[in-house]
Amino acid sequence: MTTPAPIKPELVCPAGTPAALRAAVDAGAENVYCGYQNATNARNFAGLNFTPDEMAQSIRYAHERGSKVLITLNTFPPAGKVDLWTDMADLSARLGADACIVADIAVADHIRRHHPQMRIHLSVQAAASSPEAIAWYVREFDVKRVVLPRIMTVSEIRGLVDEIPCEVETFIFGNHGLMVEGRCSLTAYVTGQSTNMDGACSPAACVAYEQQDDGSLATRLSGVMIDRFAAQETAGYPTICKGRYLAEARDGGYYAFEEPVSLNAATMLPELIRAGVHAFKIEGRQRSRAYVKKVVAAFREAVDTVMAGDEPKLADLVALTEGQKHTEGALKSKTWR
Amino acid sequence: MQPELTLGPNLFHWPAEDKRDFYFRIADESPVTNVYLGEVVCSKRTPFFDDIPIIDKVADRLARAGKRVVWSSLSEVVIRRERKLLEAWSRQEGRELEVNNTAALMALSGTPHRIGALMNVYNEATMDWLARRGATHFALLPELPRHVVAVLAETATRLDVGLEVQVFGRASLALSARCYHARAHGRTKDNCQFVCGEDADGMTLSTMEGRPFLAINGIQTLSHGYLDLMEDMADMAALGVTHFRVMPHSCDMVAVTCLYDAVLRGEIDAEEGGTELRALGIEAPFVNGFYRGRAGADWVPRQHAPA
Repeated sequence: MTTPAPIKPELVCPAGTPAALRAAVDAGAENVYCGYQNATNARNFAGLNFTPDEMAQSIRYAHERGSKVLITLNTFPPAGKVDLWTDMADLSARLGADACIVADIAVADHIRRHHPQMRIHLSVQAAASSPEAIAWYVREFDVKRVVLPRIMTVSEIRGLVDEIPCEVETFIFGNHGLMVEGRCSLTAYVTGQSTNMDGACSPAACVAYEQQDDGSLATRLSGVMIDRFAAQETAGYPTICKGRYLAEARDGGYYAFEEPVSLNAATMLPELIRAGVHAFKIEGRQRSRAYVKKVVAAFREAVDTVMAGDEPKLADLVALTEGQKHTEGALKSKTWR
Repeated sequence: MQPELTLGPNLFHWPAEDKRDFYFRIADESPVTNVYLGEVVCSKRTPFFDDIPIIDKVADRLARAGKRVVWSSLSEVVIRRERKLLEAWSRQEGRELEVNNTAALMALSGTPHRIGALMNVYNEATMDWLARRGATHFALLPELPRHVVAVLAETATRLDVGLEVQVFGRASLALSARCYHARAHGRTKDNCQFVCGEDADGMTLSTMEGRPFLAINGIQTLSHGYLDLMEDMADMAALGVTHFRVMPHSCDMVAVTCLYDAVLRGEIDAEEGGTELRALGIEAPFVNGFYRGRAGADWVPRQHAPA
């Protein structure tokens, strides 16, 4: 049996602002994903996201250049507030968006019933990590693409692609999510703002940096110390799952969940393409236009190079992590677990 | 209708004999009416309890004591072993099943089942949708505030389905594919040597200034604080909550369930129940912030403001 020629994966690129969207489109993104300025999307940060007018103009800009716009409606509406999510879905359909990325059953059901022409992409927040779970969403809501949780190895992804009746999207670059997305209440436990309901993860308004008497710098979230950095260390943003803590089995503080690293699957691109992945997702709607432009351009070139049968220049992609430590995350090996 | 007290699934990896003795005692001495059995956290643990005749003996004993036994599914289903376990679980005929992963819905759609507290049901439309496809009972996520619970309770009443809220025990806050228990001991999930069995209520993680913060239970992260919504049970019952869930811990669970039951029946008031609960020697603070619309780690005293 001969292996079929691999599909050329689409790049799915982040846009926190219209300027970032234009930069991603110009750099060769087939798909750009973005959201509205409210709790319907999981990056509900001040100064980010799109007004309806900006969304309309951005969709026009992308379509004129052959790119698609995917709208993130990827949080979970709390009871009594479902209308905001369904209104945003209706708006997206009116504006001619190419797909909605959804996590909640009610939101998916609304789109399926009222906008049958709209593609539904199943958000990573839905945490569908088995063929059965994905097949269920496809059967019930005609999901066209699933964004896989960042917890699967490339060999598990390969097995999955063969078993499920929809496209597969995997994260290849950016913030390295450690918890099963859509199943994390850590921020709500500490700050009272919910990641799933409010689109908040370690919200900036709850963050404090505090110089200690010994010269170290403590980072806090709503008063809870998430990490403490010695004078020569670079302080990281206090995200709960990236902090250092104490446990009886350990001497001193340790990264109980994960080192502060970001995901860079550059070295895995050829293998992921061979595995039949349909789309590569780059995380970072909170990042600048310049960053988006640089990362998208680099991955554009890398994917095109692999598709042409050549080796991508890995050094360029590795350099994108800007001196930060990086990891292939779960993709490479299950010893990650 | 008199609301009922339930014992949620045991999240921890206790020795099989300890679990057996624990449930035998619950059967004999606890007033809970529903008991959830089955491993929900880690598929590696199942051979120690779930796959051996002990669990059937436990279920028999509970049933003979008049308890309704419900079988909870795994919450994380990724690898072949987990998929097989879930498939076998879904084919248990004549047993009441509680779903903790959407993978199970593929097999159960259209047949009666319960929705577990590790499934994301945040709103009335999702509840309605699931109920139309066989869900008869919903256990809610711990992070839901009162105003969300109120709408869901109204919906559950209209749909004539059960609604369950956790009122005691550590709250599940996150799941991961990585085992943080193994990681703390310099191991990985594959060579964990079941180190999670060393911590009957989870492994305490403290902040760098020594303040206990979270509890690790294998791939699960729990709150350090124990939920205590004893004072809110009457309010929730009035809203339409039908079941109150107490989660198993290593403290005297017969005493704990007796206290919640006594408050639920109005035999003692919540203040007295709360005082007695605090005398049981549980070495963690009590929290109720999620339900009161605040940070989950907070304890928010009941407001005596006029209604």
